[in-house]
Amino acid sequence: MSEVAPGLAVDSVTGIDVSLPVAGPGARAYAFLVDWHIRVILALGWFVLGALLYNGRFSLSPPLSSDARWFGAVVAPALAIYFLYHHAVELAMRGSTPGKRMAGVRIVARDGGAPSAGALLTRNVFRLVDSLPLFYGVGLITVVLTRDNLRIGDMAAGTLLVFEHADARLPSPAADATQVSRLDAAGAEIVAELLERWPALQPEARVRLARQALTRYGADPAESGNHDDDAWRTRLERLARPQ
Amino acid sequence: MNGSARQRALTVSLLQRADLWRQADRRARRLARGRSDDAADATRLADDYRLLAHDLARVRMLMPDSRTREYLEAAYARAHATLHHGAWRLGSALLRLFRDEIPAVVRWLAPYIVWSTVIFALAVIGGYALVQRYPELIALFASPDLIASVERGQLWTEGLLNIVPSSVLSAQILANNIVVSLFAYCAGFLFGLGTLYILGLNGLMLGAVFAFVSLHGLRAQLFGFIVAHGCVELSVMCLSGAAGAAVGEALIRPAQVGRIESFRVAALRSGKLLIACALLLVGAGILEGYVSPDPRFALWARGAIGASYWLFMVALLSGWLFGQRSRRPMP
Repeated sequence: MSEVAPGLAVDSVTGIDVSLPVAGPGARAYAFLVDWHIRVILALGWFVLGALLYNGRFSLSPPLSSDARWFGAVVAPALAIYFLYHHAVELAMRGSTPGKRMAGVRIVARDGGAPSAGALLTRNVFRLVDSLPLFYGVGLITVVLTRDNLRIGDMAAGTLLVFEHADARLPSPAADATQVSRLDAAGAEIVAELLERWPALQPEARVRLARQALTRYGADPAESGNHDDDAWRTRLERLARPQ
Repeated sequence: MNGSARQRALTVSLLQRADLWRQADRRARRLARGRSDDAADATRLADDYRLLAHDLARVRMLMPDSRTREYLEAAYARAHATLHHGAWRLGSALLRLFRDEIPAVVRWLAPYIVWSTVIFALAVIGGYALVQRYPELIALFASPDLIASVERGQLWTEGLLNIVPSSVLSAQILANNIVVSLFAYCAGFLFGLGTLYILGLNGLMLGAVFAFVSLHGLRAQLFGFIVAHGCVELSVMCLSGAAGAAVGEALIRPAQVGRIESFRVAALRSGKLLIACALLLVGAGILEGYVSPDPRFALWARGAIGASYWLFMVALLSGWLFGQRSRRPMP
């Protein structure tokens, strides 16, 4: 077997290990910040809406004396949303959150599978320690210092944060393109991708790349004029088309 | 056929399976999101998993730096995760947790429970003796308002319901108690020292306050206030301390291969007890908000409620409440 991407390699019954690239502090912080904004918006939204309905006018003021209805309907749910967001959402989304999705990461158990409910709860309970003394200081230090970028909650629960590559796409013309005599599989992918991104590239850049591809796969780049953009594209399409 | 031509032919035949990969990936994504009781889905997923594994191995060899490989790695990892996430039925999982797993954890933690109770009791006695001998030290353990109230000959709990409604009081108390309980467990991460600190501090505070109110002739009133909710609340404190101590010992004397692995096993195992602790604290919080400050409840009624709730806790933790009649091995 050839090289495996750096990260967690999990043995599988098939004999082919599962390669899971481990997320670092950057991806973690990105996911956390997105989730933090979501839960702040949700909690504040609940509070504002609840306060307006409670007061019956445009005012967020609490009642002068302690009131069970105010606490139970306005304050407590907002606090619950803020503090139990990760517990509830990770359980419901089986180890993911909207922030983790945006960062392209998810929580997995050490066997590469989805973590158990117990593991997710334990991981989140240990946020109490990870968040000390401020701004996840303890968690950040352990993420930086440990090999698999683990915070204490991950160590306790036996979980890891890995990149998901949910957006990895198969280049559609790849199978056809390799039937062309001059292109190997990698070349077919390169040409397919270049054609796919053609409209988004700067004219100079796409002409330069097209010339390089044609030179590499044996076509004569001199056939096209230097400034004829469409001609370069046509030649690339001809190169990628099955014969 | 030369080597290059053979490799090309293999690559072409491999890439012609792209539609199968897409179907397999779609199925894995669908099953990862939802729940299926169809056995055929599981069979198809297992077939997909084998297909992806087989093709990934060949792609890793034939096209190591391609997007095809990147796609297959991701699809294979997704199929693996979906296949290994296991069945999860909330009802049966909760029943197993309360009937089998929590009682097994309590049996496993029995020595830690004894030790944390002893430490807590010693701290209570220490706090009591300290303030009995040096009353001015109460300032270390209690707020100025509490001290002033007791010095006026009045418990700080009197008239509490005139200021704060029972529901608000309950919610505040139970939230605070649950956080303290979770901290006692998590603080075991500091090789048990954090747990020891929380147990000791809470014990000292309790003993000190009792000594202080005794000096002002209010011991009976304080006992009357805490008897309904305190039996369970203090027991849960010791249980959380025991869970934290187990986590600490796992780090000091690892039973498994490595320290982190030992920590993981201890944290996951003892953490189950915290679910029961949190639920018990919700009940204790409700009692503390509705029963303890309400002067209409006589002492005997408070005592009966406290004893009944404590027996309920024992029944819950032994699994008896959920039908466990015999000792089962740790799952």
